[in-house]
Amino acid sequence: MRTLKFLLQKEFRQIFRDPAILRLIFIMPIIQLMVLPWAADYEIKGIKLAVVDQDHSEYSRQLVNKITSSGYFKLTEYTSSWDASLAEVEHDRADIVLQIPPHFEKNLVKEDKASLFMAMNAINGVKANIGGAYLGMILRDYNREIRTEWIQFPRFSPEKQIEVVSSNWYNPHMNYKFFMVPGILVILLTMVGTNLTAINIVKEKEIGTIEQINVTPVKKYQFILGKLIPFWIIGLFVLSLGFIIARLVYGIIPVGSFLTIYIFAALYLLAVLGLGLLVSTYSTNQQQSMLISFFMMMIFILLGGLYTSIDSMPEWAKWITRFNPVSYFIEVMRMVVLKGSSLADIKYHLLIMTGFAIGLNGWAVVNYRKRS
Amino acid sequence: MPAVVVNNIVKTYGKKKETTALHGISFETAPGELFGLIGPDGAGKTSLFRILTTLLLADSGTASVNGLEVVKDYKAIRRKVGYMPGRFSLYPDLSVEENLNFFATIFNTSIEENYDLIRDIYVQIEPFKKRRAGKLSGGMKQKLALSCALIHRPDVLFLDEPTTGVDAVSRKEFWEMLKGLKAQGISILVSTPYMDEAALCDRVALLQNGKILSVNTPAGIVDDFAWPLLAVKATSMLPLLHHIEKFEGAVNAYPFGEFHHVVMKPGSTAVQLQQFLEHKGHAGLIVKEAKPGIEDCFIAYMKN
Repeated sequence: MRTLKFLLQKEFRQIFRDPAILRLIFIMPIIQLMVLPWAADYEIKGIKLAVVDQDHSEYSRQLVNKITSSGYFKLTEYTSSWDASLAEVEHDRADIVLQIPPHFEKNLVKEDKASLFMAMNAINGVKANIGGAYLGMILRDYNREIRTEWIQFPRFSPEKQIEVVSSNWYNPHMNYKFFMVPGILVILLTMVGTNLTAINIVKEKEIGTIEQINVTPVKKYQFILGKLIPFWIIGLFVLSLGFIIARLVYGIIPVGSFLTIYIFAALYLLAVLGLGLLVSTYSTNQQQSMLISFFMMMIFILLGGLYTSIDSMPEWAKWITRFNPVSYFIEVMRMVVLKGSSLADIKYHLLIMTGFAIGLNGWAVVNYRKRS
Repeated sequence: MPAVVVNNIVKTYGKKKETTALHGISFETAPGELFGLIGPDGAGKTSLFRILTTLLLADSGTASVNGLEVVKDYKAIRRKVGYMPGRFSLYPDLSVEENLNFFATIFNTSIEENYDLIRDIYVQIEPFKKRRAGKLSGGMKQKLALSCALIHRPDVLFLDEPTTGVDAVSRKEFWEMLKGLKAQGISILVSTPYMDEAALCDRVALLQNGKILSVNTPAGIVDDFAWPLLAVKATSMLPLLHHIEKFEGAVNAYPFGEFHHVVMKPGSTAVQLQQFLEHKGHAGLIVKEAKPGIEDCFIAYMKN
């Protein structure tokens, strides 16, 4: 016990003496939480639209007005020449071209039908897709408006109108920040758990102090606990800091209880600390451990359901996410923060995470040797 | 009971065991002895140290420290030995005092308990005890490392090249400290690439390419040197060496400081060599008898 206490004291001394690490522990979560949720927004706004208006009628003007007032589009070009608008696309000044052909109004009124032409710059696939969908929605809406305007029987509307109104549960305003902030917190915790631990142990290997420790009677479990406990505490501290920021900046207050989150986080940290330990036993210098951690973080983030929904991934990718501890914590975070899930709701997650913690730590302990 | 027993230790590195660091070496050191492992870089000194301090497993052979077997009783050995690796490996971000305190604690002791053992060494760095270990000068680091290796009063002290890269004055001081520790009854195994330090040990083992050339007292090694040795000097040294090599009465010749040392065949005399070289037209020629040193012995062993 006395030995462990001294190992911990030494570890905390070293952490607090390293200004770079200390700054990283404090500033990293603040910056990530302040900046990323604002940037990571799935709603696409400011799509650059070029309108080729060859009709110049009342209706065409109304249509353009409706599109620009939706807020999604920015009218960058209003011309009557197709070539001019194409040049805009080529110079990347327009994402979508909407062509209103001559006699648009006349055809619409006389023949009850008219066509429009849309062209999307598909170099940015997401933007083209979503922009096209938005524009299509606005056009449909516009179409309906005209129809209702023409029909003069307000009571017995011959045209059946089914309007679908959707309501977003657990996040009624579809505020993406509510969705992103818990996820980013998970990533932060993972980075503290894996990278810091791995680098810390590998640093001892690099400067040779690990050999000096290995010739002492310090036991394997004492040394490992001495390394894990400080980062476990720091991880929980970062989580708390993250929740304070989430509260102050975004007004996010978990619907569920903090206790549930902290119980899961404590377990989760054990698992990622074990992962960090495992990385350190396989690397001999800091570059190696950095590269391994970086590689894993990329997979963790992209296959963890932070940015893209796991449900929309192909079957094989879904399998990978099942081996990704991050995906479980992100899910739990969102369940508890947005939906108010209780411990009973996340019992399978808890079980799986216990498996991760035991598996990763066990593997690391077996692989950590005091002699070669 | 011998302090260290090494019995036919073999150590190889690499997947196919293609590099052999130690070719089945054996020796013993007596308790309280200052034993030197003398050999150039790559002789296998560090591998041997790491095996004896239970950091590395040998491929075959046995070794024991204070009667404790390195493979079986490794836990007991770790409590009994002090190890100072060749590279400074203390925490650079902890202060002198904190480092010492840390190592005392993990050995379940305290600085006060064994202060008398390290006092002579520690007083020299005590004025800087609040300074971070990484900011100390080379000689100071050495003293701190020695203090840390001693803080638990080990029975056997392993020092791996403690004087490499240390200035001449600090080296001398360091050997004085070792003598002091020996007087306190600690067995010491020290390695060094410097031949001149061999004379400061009680006994030495000459190590080359993982093989032991000789184990003896420094005086004994010198006495074993059976051939007459000459020191030769002239104005142009390089042609001189080439000419000596052509002399039939010489076994071996090599540069040695400002002279060339020439190992002579029994029966050949200095006068014969002098005449031979004068005949080759060397000016400023000095040929004199030389006392063989450890280095001469080492070179002679390597040659055989």
